[in-house]
Amino acid sequence: MKLKIAGLAAAAVMAAAPAMADLIVPNLSYRTGPYGANGTQYADGFNDYFTLLNERDGGIGGEMIKVPECETAYNTEKGVECYEATKEGALIFNPLSTGITYQLIPKVAVDKKVLYTPGYGRTSAKDGSVFEWVFNAPANYWDGASIAIKYLLDENGGDLNGKKIALVYHNSAYGKEPIRTLQELSKKHGFTLSEVPVEAPGQEQKSQWLQIRRDKPDYVLMWGWGVMNQVAIQEAANIRFPMENFIGIWWAGSELDVMPAGDGANGYKALTFNGVGTDYPLYDELQSYVIEPGKASQGGEHVGSAVYSRGMYAAVVIAEAIRKAQEIAGTSAITPEQLRDGFEQLDMTAEHLAELGLPDFGPAFALSCSNHGGNGMARVQQWDAAAKQWNLITEFMEPDAEVLDPLIAEDSAAYAAEAGIERRSCD
Amino acid sequence: MFYREAGDFKTSYRDDSQTFPIRLDRWGYYAILAVAVLVVPFVINDYWASAILLPFLIYSVAAIGLNVLTGYAGQVSLGTGGFMAVGAYAVYKLMTAFPEVNVVIHILLAGGITALVGIAFGLPSLRIKGFYLAVATLAAQFFLVWLFNKVPWFYNYSASGQITAPERTVLGWAVTGPAASPAAKYLICLAFVVFAAWMARNLTRGMIGRKWMAIRDMDIAAEIIGVNPLTAKLSAFGVSSFFVGIAGALLFAVYLGAAEVTEAFGINKSFLVLFMVIIGGLGSIFGSFAGAAFMVLLPVFLKNLLVGGFGWPTDLAAHIELMIVGALIIFFLIVEPHGLARLWRLVKEKLRLWPFPH
Repeated sequence: MKLKIAGLAAAAVMAAAPAMADLIVPNLSYRTGPYGANGTQYADGFNDYFTLLNERDGGIGGEMIKVPECETAYNTEKGVECYEATKEGALIFNPLSTGITYQLIPKVAVDKKVLYTPGYGRTSAKDGSVFEWVFNAPANYWDGASIAIKYLLDENGGDLNGKKIALVYHNSAYGKEPIRTLQELSKKHGFTLSEVPVEAPGQEQKSQWLQIRRDKPDYVLMWGWGVMNQVAIQEAANIRFPMENFIGIWWAGSELDVMPAGDGANGYKALTFNGVGTDYPLYDELQSYVIEPGKASQGGEHVGSAVYSRGMYAAVVIAEAIRKAQEIAGTSAITPEQLRDGFEQLDMTAEHLAELGLPDFGPAFALSCSNHGGNGMARVQQWDAAAKQWNLITEFMEPDAEVLDPLIAEDSAAYAAEAGIERRSCD
Repeated sequence: MFYREAGDFKTSYRDDSQTFPIRLDRWGYYAILAVAVLVVPFVINDYWASAILLPFLIYSVAAIGLNVLTGYAGQVSLGTGGFMAVGAYAVYKLMTAFPEVNVVIHILLAGGITALVGIAFGLPSLRIKGFYLAVATLAAQFFLVWLFNKVPWFYNYSASGQITAPERTVLGWAVTGPAASPAAKYLICLAFVVFAAWMARNLTRGMIGRKWMAIRDMDIAAEIIGVNPLTAKLSAFGVSSFFVGIAGALLFAVYLGAAEVTEAFGINKSFLVLFMVIIGGLGSIFGSFAGAAFMVLLPVFLKNLLVGGFGWPTDLAAHIELMIVGALIIFFLIVEPHGLARLWRLVKEKLRLWPFPH
């Protein structure tokens, strides 16, 4: 009898937590594992913005937001487990991992849940006619690659002919994403591209930087995450590579990446699609409603860091899509289908961002049935080692649609053929 | 009291050497199988399938595979993750190249291809053993993962290097792809687990298995009494890799649906399966299941208990979970170095005499 009760209790514990009312936005975070340092900051920002909405406005449209957290450790199997454990009643997922995103893309289409992957995941998910449930606004990796080259074009008076550019990348789906685009861009602008893979997690990259020292590229681009960035920036400083010629993608642009190299990292640049620092009115509200009452995730120790702000920005976009969906559906308790419609009619104007207390924080973008990725704008930030802060050095720049659009059409068509997806009409 | 042997007479050698010689055990086995086939598919949901049962079944196959090699034949291997990757990429290439062929055949073929790769990497075992062989198989792990990441042909030239399983059906039911029902995915894995366990059990108690064990216990003595080390060792590598390849194919095609070789089949996989075998019990089919259950189910159980039950922060729970699992591994290996299978055997022996021990 005892055994039976114990068995039942065990079965009850193994089953996932029951679904709750309210709007459920699970946070598939990682606070442990090789990328835990970055994942923690992102998850904090994500949680804190919803806490702010709950505390200040009583949720969105009168519905409280629940953000159950599940630890994935950046591991795809745990990510799948977390997805299954939290999907009951959930509206939207944001796993902050390209690997987990690839697992979830087919699943969300069947389960009819929204997947929001700002700045990561599958680039061609921008094509909403194939990827009905996936959104990757405001920018994706190919936008990032194009903007980095565009920035370099601006630096060089519009001509990159004969220049050498090296791409240092995490040897995984994430790191390989920009290669196709950069190859196309190198054909168009006449620079030579050398690809330098770094094995995950990236502590070991001495030989790669020796190769860079030998080849003497004019510029180095980096697609890295977690410890790989710190090591790369340190190694670049060691070989005295001019830091202002070293540009990381937005995931290689946090304080965590540059601090270990100290003064050596001064002048390092990275892309970003969200603002930096805490000079926005929203942070004051965050301070008074969330941090001071002690409701901040992890006590608020990372507030204002680059990755924290990005997690918060993801929450802002999701919250605005929920608001839009409520408006369209005429009900506050929306379903994932209605949230998808909300995303497809989302219009994040500069004025609207300012109303939210985040003037000029992110790019203005509008989504539609066929465009799930916005216009892909991002800007460049530069590290000031003395002041220990990132400075925005350009305005938002548009990527080269002429190169990207055919690539996206090609890749999404390949996916549709492979997965047997009927393209939906977007008229 | 729990194990009644009164009246359970054996009158033939056949009866005496069956897999479950005690009648109660046999019934228990049939009962579990009946529940697994006739009850579970009707009550299973997405969470139970994806988070608990599929990984348990698939890692059981992998653990059986490694147990054949390490437990029965005594050849230490750290290449399990790499061989699982071979199974996964083989089934991916076959599924995309021959979409009209049944996926069950593809999974078996993937096992066959992995067996050939395993035999090739098993060749050094003729000259080296123990730690040296472990290092040789470790090389296989790194080489295979590097190969699948480096050569675009293996991932059909996709932009990101990810492989994605297309939808395939068995008897009209989708078993791969996102539309597959939890019951269909569960049943296909269950079928392969039963097949693997049945085959491994019968191989290991027949002539081939005896040769493996002779090589394991003392290779020189085995050679003197007429066991050919070449065929014994290579057949162990082949059979082991066959099962490991099937596990890899199932892990990718049925369970995950998409995979990236460095992440899904890294060195951690090799260690995970090796731990399963060591904790479950070397040289025991039951041990493979027990080890897989321990390593797969315990973390999920603890996570749900600590986060879902007690409401702890996820990172604290994740760290505590690692510590508890680690401490339990150490505890079990101190209490019973021969693993859970040996523990279970002791319990059984005690229960057969209970309540009147000698």
